[in-house]
Amino acid sequence: MQSLNTTLLIIGGGPGGYVTAIRAGQLGIPTILVEGQSLGGTCLNIGCIPSKALIHVAEQFHQTQHHSQHSALGISVSAPSLDISKSVEWKDGIVDRLTTGVAALLKKNKVQVINGWAKVIDGKTVDVGDTRIQCEHLVLATGSTSVNLPILPIGGPIISSTEALAPKSVPKRLVVVGGGYIGLELGIAYRKLGAEVSVVEAQDRILPAYDAELTQPVHDALKQLGVKLYLKHSVLGFDGTLQVRDPEGETLNLETDQVLVAVGRKPNTQGWNLEALNLDMNGSAIKIDSRCQTSMRNVYAIGDLSGEPMLAHRAMTQGEMVAELISGKTREFSPTAIAAVCFTDPELVVVGKTPDEAKAAGLDCIVSSFPFAANGRAMTLESKSGFVRVVARRDNHVIVGWQAVGVGVSELSTAFAQSLEMGARLEDIGGTIHAHPTLGEAVQEAALRALGHALHL
Amino acid sequence: MGTHVIKMPDIGEGIAEVELSQWHVKVGDLVVEDQVLADVMTDKAMVDIPSPVHGKVIALGGQPGEVMAVGSVLISIEVEGAGNLKESAAPAPVKEAPVVAKVEAVVESKPAPAAPRPAAVCQGPMVAREADERPLASPAVRKHALDLGIQLRLVRGSGPAGRVLHEDLESYLAQGQSNASAPVAAAYAQRNDEEQIQVIGMRRKIAQRMQDATQRAAHFSYVEEIDVTAIEELRAHLNEKHGASRGKLTLLPFLVRALVVALRDFPQMNARYDDEAQVITRLGAVHVGVATQSDVGLMVPVVRHAEARSLWDSATEISRLANAARNGKASRDELSGSTITLTSLGALGGIVSTPVLNLPEVAIVGVNKIVERPMVVKGQVVIRKMMNLSSSFDHRVVDGMDAALFIQAIRGLIEQPATLFVE
Repeated sequence: MQSLNTTLLIIGGGPGGYVTAIRAGQLGIPTILVEGQSLGGTCLNIGCIPSKALIHVAEQFHQTQHHSQHSALGISVSAPSLDISKSVEWKDGIVDRLTTGVAALLKKNKVQVINGWAKVIDGKTVDVGDTRIQCEHLVLATGSTSVNLPILPIGGPIISSTEALAPKSVPKRLVVVGGGYIGLELGIAYRKLGAEVSVVEAQDRILPAYDAELTQPVHDALKQLGVKLYLKHSVLGFDGTLQVRDPEGETLNLETDQVLVAVGRKPNTQGWNLEALNLDMNGSAIKIDSRCQTSMRNVYAIGDLSGEPMLAHRAMTQGEMVAELISGKTREFSPTAIAAVCFTDPELVVVGKTPDEAKAAGLDCIVSSFPFAANGRAMTLESKSGFVRVVARRDNHVIVGWQAVGVGVSELSTAFAQSLEMGARLEDIGGTIHAHPTLGEAVQEAALRALGHALHL
Repeated sequence: MGTHVIKMPDIGEGIAEVELSQWHVKVGDLVVEDQVLADVMTDKAMVDIPSPVHGKVIALGGQPGEVMAVGSVLISIEVEGAGNLKESAAPAPVKEAPVVAKVEAVVESKPAPAAPRPAAVCQGPMVAREADERPLASPAVRKHALDLGIQLRLVRGSGPAGRVLHEDLESYLAQGQSNASAPVAAAYAQRNDEEQIQVIGMRRKIAQRMQDATQRAAHFSYVEEIDVTAIEELRAHLNEKHGASRGKLTLLPFLVRALVVALRDFPQMNARYDDEAQVITRLGAVHVGVATQSDVGLMVPVVRHAEARSLWDSATEISRLANAARNGKASRDELSGSTITLTSLGALGGIVSTPVLNLPEVAIVGVNKIVERPMVVKGQVVIRKMMNLSSSFDHRVVDGMDAALFIQAIRGLIEQPATLFVE
């Protein structure tokens, strides 16, 4: 058995793992990274990036088709056709460029990458094939996997997001099980690509993690796109048609060509002998403290493996921090807020506390929103729905949360997160000149409106 | 009568849990201010928790070995006066916040007027914040505070809504330092940097042993002045005569010999005290620990059976052990099992030291530097080489008179070097 020694060993080359490795390399820590599949993990290969690529294809196709029918913009084109295999090829090109880029960055920072499945032996020993790696610090960054439903095993017409991101053809009919962000992002994309899409959701509204006011514009857009919603419906099984139970208890048979199961993700704790460490757990995730330390000394867990919120940018920040901790710096993971973005149409972004969360935290808050219907830039983007909403303490006007829904609002997450981290008050945002004409003006106006003097409303 | 509650303090670095190692008090005990109540341990350090008040212990918050959350109640003490615990410790009533349904109804409002800023002179270093209240500060300020080892919640924020600014960190650091406002040259610039060194490994072990020794033993120190002129002449003579063939002698082997001879009459000094079993074991063998500075800290290699060693034999063994300890090559056996300890800082020996016992031993003899002093001998002022011996004893089992007699015996042996070798 070949044996290797290193200071830092990272299991998992996703956004958490590879960022840990890059930062560790910058800090001169001898580092080995073990990846069983492709560098970049779920995010780059079968998650964030490919889904955004597919969403872009769908939007372009949808727009062209729209113009071929009744373009208010005066554009006339003939009806478009779609070669989905070329779309997938284009998407794969982006993924390749990014994963190759990650590999180059790791190499540049002198990180040794070992391809293979890690098997944990103890807190300082990991086997990969017939190589034994001894380390002083172990970072667990194995990410998460899709939750499967026993009654809908993946295979044939039943697919997970992974298959949905590499379609060989666009199905005529698609039923999405799960009305969360993954199901809706893909469901909307497939609808725009031409499929008849239905969404089955057990709760009484889509995106149940967010409040009804915020999700309403998405709900309206789904209606307008012709996506059928089966809310408060539960899945019973599949035998050529998908059987669901409606709120009255009646069984419906939904005719469909494919079923996309998107009911959430769970920490990837299986298949690499994590049990050997006997770490304290927090539900299905590994329990960590504010420095990502597990219950075992010098063993860290970051990213999805450490539980919610399962977001790549959280994992990256944790990874950066852990590398600095190992180098001897004093660090703590204590963000004021972590932005969450849904790339639905319209997009939805939540940063910091929602009005309900602020109330639950015992804060007396001002809640104010500004609609994109009154924003010039939104009109020029043919986007009239949606709004920006701000939540601020009544006593000192410190902003505790931002939410927005509308076309292109994902980019506003930057401004939102920054204002929260900097401890901005309503007056700070109201007093910052926001360029005209931009969607960002709605941010300033929401703050002004909270102060009682919005200008354009 | 009120109740003063002491909470598990935040020892820093974001440690959320602290292990309660040991209680020094029990329920019903009367405690005085600064009395050590408990030891708590993080993975980095052992910390004493002193009492800030006089009073009677009415409740302990945990058992030794229990891991407690920072902020949980460690101990409750009944005190004269109000204490810090309100009688009705019910949570403050939470007002039902009016739901802001109609934003239009919000009139043009201004933030509540900030409390007048206190004059600079009365700004204390502490800032009252709720335990779970997060100080308002930008990521850069938070990171800088971590680097400086500052707990942000203790820093007064001068920015809008109490935001902690970089300037606030600086003024927090500057507090307690001279407020020299005149421009100063770079060499006299205020420095606010801090370096944190983790107490781990050897250093941690030393810390624990020293703390253990000072807490358990009742140290008392005794200092005597010794005329070493004669023994230094003897040493110089022996080195001149035999130095080339047998090696040079330092004063240490003579002191080892003096200990061996003196201990014949004072067997209670060559002993180990097991304070848990309440047994003192007097030993025939004299295993002399020689405190040695190494790169990683203090080590005490042991010269075994000093009673059976000649001067040169002791000298060779001392130098061999000292080298082994400095190079980290000393074995466990060579670093344990002493019955009495000799500590010397050589030329840096100073005038007086107060050595800490190497438990479970009951005596440690410290050597100070040799200086030439004018002394009165037979009515004449003459220059003599003088050296102090600073020794500590465990007063629990060694009486002061015995300790004094023991040191006087050593003094006699050294001032009349021939007696070291007369059987």
